[in-house]
Amino acid sequence: MSSLASGARPKTLGDHAPVLYPALMLLVFFVVPFGIMVTVSFFQRVPGGFYDPSFTFDNYARFLSAFFGNVLGFSLGLSALAAAICVGLGFPFTYLLTRLERRRQIVWLVFLLSVLSLSEVIVGFAWSTLLSRSAGLSNLLVAVGLLEQPESWSPGFAALLIGMCYLAFPYTVLLLYPTLVRLDRELVEAAMTMGASPLRAFFTVVVGASRNAILSGLILAFVFTLGIYLLPQLLGRPQHWTISVMITDQAVLQSNLPFGAAMAIFLMLVSLALVGLTLLLGRRKAAA
Amino acid sequence: MAELRLESVVKRFGAVTAVNRVDLAVPEGSFVCLLGPSGCGKTTLLRMIAGLEAPSDGRLKLDGEDITDLPAHKRGFGMVFQSLALFPHLSVAENIAYALSVRGTERAAQRARVAELLELIQLPDIAERQVSQLSGGQRQRVAIARALAVDPRLFLLDEPLSALDAKLREALQVELRLLQRRLGITTILVTHDQREAMTMADTIVVMDRGRVQQVGGPMEIYRNPANAFVADFIGTSNLLQGRARGGGRIELPGGELSVSGGPESGAVIASIRPEDLRLGAAGTEGANRLPGEVVFVRDVGQTVETHVDCAGQRLVAVDIPEGDPLFASGDRVTVELPAEAIVVFAP
Repeated sequence: MSSLASGARPKTLGDHAPVLYPALMLLVFFVVPFGIMVTVSFFQRVPGGFYDPSFTFDNYARFLSAFFGNVLGFSLGLSALAAAICVGLGFPFTYLLTRLERRRQIVWLVFLLSVLSLSEVIVGFAWSTLLSRSAGLSNLLVAVGLLEQPESWSPGFAALLIGMCYLAFPYTVLLLYPTLVRLDRELVEAAMTMGASPLRAFFTVVVGASRNAILSGLILAFVFTLGIYLLPQLLGRPQHWTISVMITDQAVLQSNLPFGAAMAIFLMLVSLALVGLTLLLGRRKAAA
Repeated sequence: MAELRLESVVKRFGAVTAVNRVDLAVPEGSFVCLLGPSGCGKTTLLRMIAGLEAPSDGRLKLDGEDITDLPAHKRGFGMVFQSLALFPHLSVAENIAYALSVRGTERAAQRARVAELLELIQLPDIAERQVSQLSGGQRQRVAIARALAVDPRLFLLDEPLSALDAKLREALQVELRLLQRRLGITTILVTHDQREAMTMADTIVVMDRGRVQQVGGPMEIYRNPANAFVADFIGTSNLLQGRARGGGRIELPGGELSVSGGPESGAVIASIRPEDLRLGAAGTEGANRLPGEVVFVRDVGQTVETHVDCAGQRLVAVDIPEGDPLFASGDRVTVELPAEAIVVFAP
C-alpha cells in the first residue's frame, strides 16, 4: 500500500490504483461502444448487405431534412411535456409522501419500485386496453353517466403521453424523495411564523430549497422518455412516432446501422445541449 | 408588543400529556424563560404559543384577544428555531426580508429594513452572502434579525443558542438580553440551561413533566425553590433527608438543625446551596453544626469544592480559596448550615 497525503500528486502506479477500476468500467461499457457508434455513423451503407468502412457525412446530411427535423422537434417536445408533468405531479406527491409516517412511506416506495419492474411492453398493452373502447375506462364513465357511449382514446397523443408519464413517474419520485425527506420541517414552520400561508410556504420554501432536485428530476424524466421507443408504436399513431422509433426502425428493420447511429448521436448532442441549457439557467437563477 | 395569557393550556399526544394545565401570564415587555429538562413540555408550550401546535384544551389570549384558533401565519410573532431554519436557497438579505416580501412591502423599504437589522446585529456587510458561507454565530444573529424584521408582537426563541460553543453562547446571551431590553419586546425563550435562563430572564418558568413547578425571578427561584425538583434543577443543591420535629427544628442522621419555615412534622427535605456551607475544624461548637469527614476535594483554581460525608449523607461545599485548600481527603471537619440558608419542603 502506498500512502498518499491529500493534495500530493500521485506518482506510482499504486497511487493511481483507486481510479483504475472505474476507468476500466467506463472504457469497456461506455467509451468503446460509443466510439464504435461514432465510427459506424460515418460508414457507408451497402444496400442488401451491412455496411462498408468509409468516411462520409451522408448519414448526417440525410437527417437534416424537414421530415426528420419534425420528428426530432416532436420527440423533444413530447419528452419535455412528459418531464414537466412528471415533476409537476411528482413533486407535491413526494412532498406529501415524506409527511406521512415512516411505515406508510415504505409501503408507497415499495409500490413505486414494483411499478418499475413492469416492462415497457406490458405497460403499453395495459394502457392500450385501459384506454380502448371495448374494455376501457370510458365504460366506467358511461356507467356513472358522464359519457353517452364508450370512446376509444388509444392510439392517440394523450394515450402516448399518459404511458410515458407512467413509466417516468416512479423514477422522478425516487429521485426527489431523498431531498424532500431531508428537508428541515422547521423551514416551513419558520415561513409560517413569518406570515406565509401554508401554500405560499410550499412554493417559496419547499420548492425553492429543492431547486436542484427539481432540475435533476426534469432532466432525468426528459432523457428517460426520450429513449422510449415501444410506447409510441403501441399507444401513438404514426405521426406520434418519436426519433427513438426511427432509430430502431433504421437500425433493426432497415439494417441501416450507419444512419441509425448518426441519428442517435444527433439526438444525444441535442439533448445534451438542452440539459446543459437547463443547468445553466438553473445556476443563473441560483446566483441571482 | 403585547401581554400574553395562557389559561389552563393542555396538549396531549395520544396517551401522553405533554403540557398539563399550564396557566401563565407574560407581561408586556418582559423576558420569560421556559426552563426544564428535555421532555418537560417547554418546547410544545412554545409551539402552541407560536400557533404551530393546537392546544388540546385551554385558551391563549393576547391583549385580551383570544388567539387560540388563529393560524401561525396570522399571529404576527417572530420565532427563532432550534435549527435556526434559515432558508438555504436565499441570501442573508432575502432571508431577513422574507416576512416583508410576504407582506408585499416595497423593495426599497425592504432594503432599508434589512440594512437596519444587519446594523442591529452588528453584521452590516453580509447582506449578499449565502447562508452556507456564514459561521455559527453569524447564522444565529441572522436568524434573530429575520424574526425581528416586522416588529413582532411576541418574540419566541426555541433553544436558539444550544448549537454554539460555550464562550460564544455566553456572549450571545448577554447580547440578546441587551437587544431585548433596547427594543422592549415581549420575549419567551425555551432553554434547558439554567445559567442561560438566569442570565437573561426577568421571570423563569420551571417546568417538569408537563407542569409548571415554579414561576419567579431568577434570584427568588434560586433562593427559595418551591420543591426538591426546582432546588436540584436550578444550580446545585445539597438535598438532605430528615424529619420535622416542630418548632422550627428538623432532625438529620448527623444531628439537629434549626430552620425557618417548612412543614411541622413528617419526612422533609432540607436544601442548602454549596456556597452557603461553612467548613470549620473538627470539634467547633455552635448551633447548626454537623460533624463530618472530607471524602474528596476538587480544586479547579477559581473555586474549591469540598465533598463531606455527614453520617451517610453527602454535602458539597464550594469556597473561593485565598490560598491552598484548607482541608484534604480524610480530614475530620465541622459543617455549619446557617438556618437562613436552609429551605425545607415536603418530599
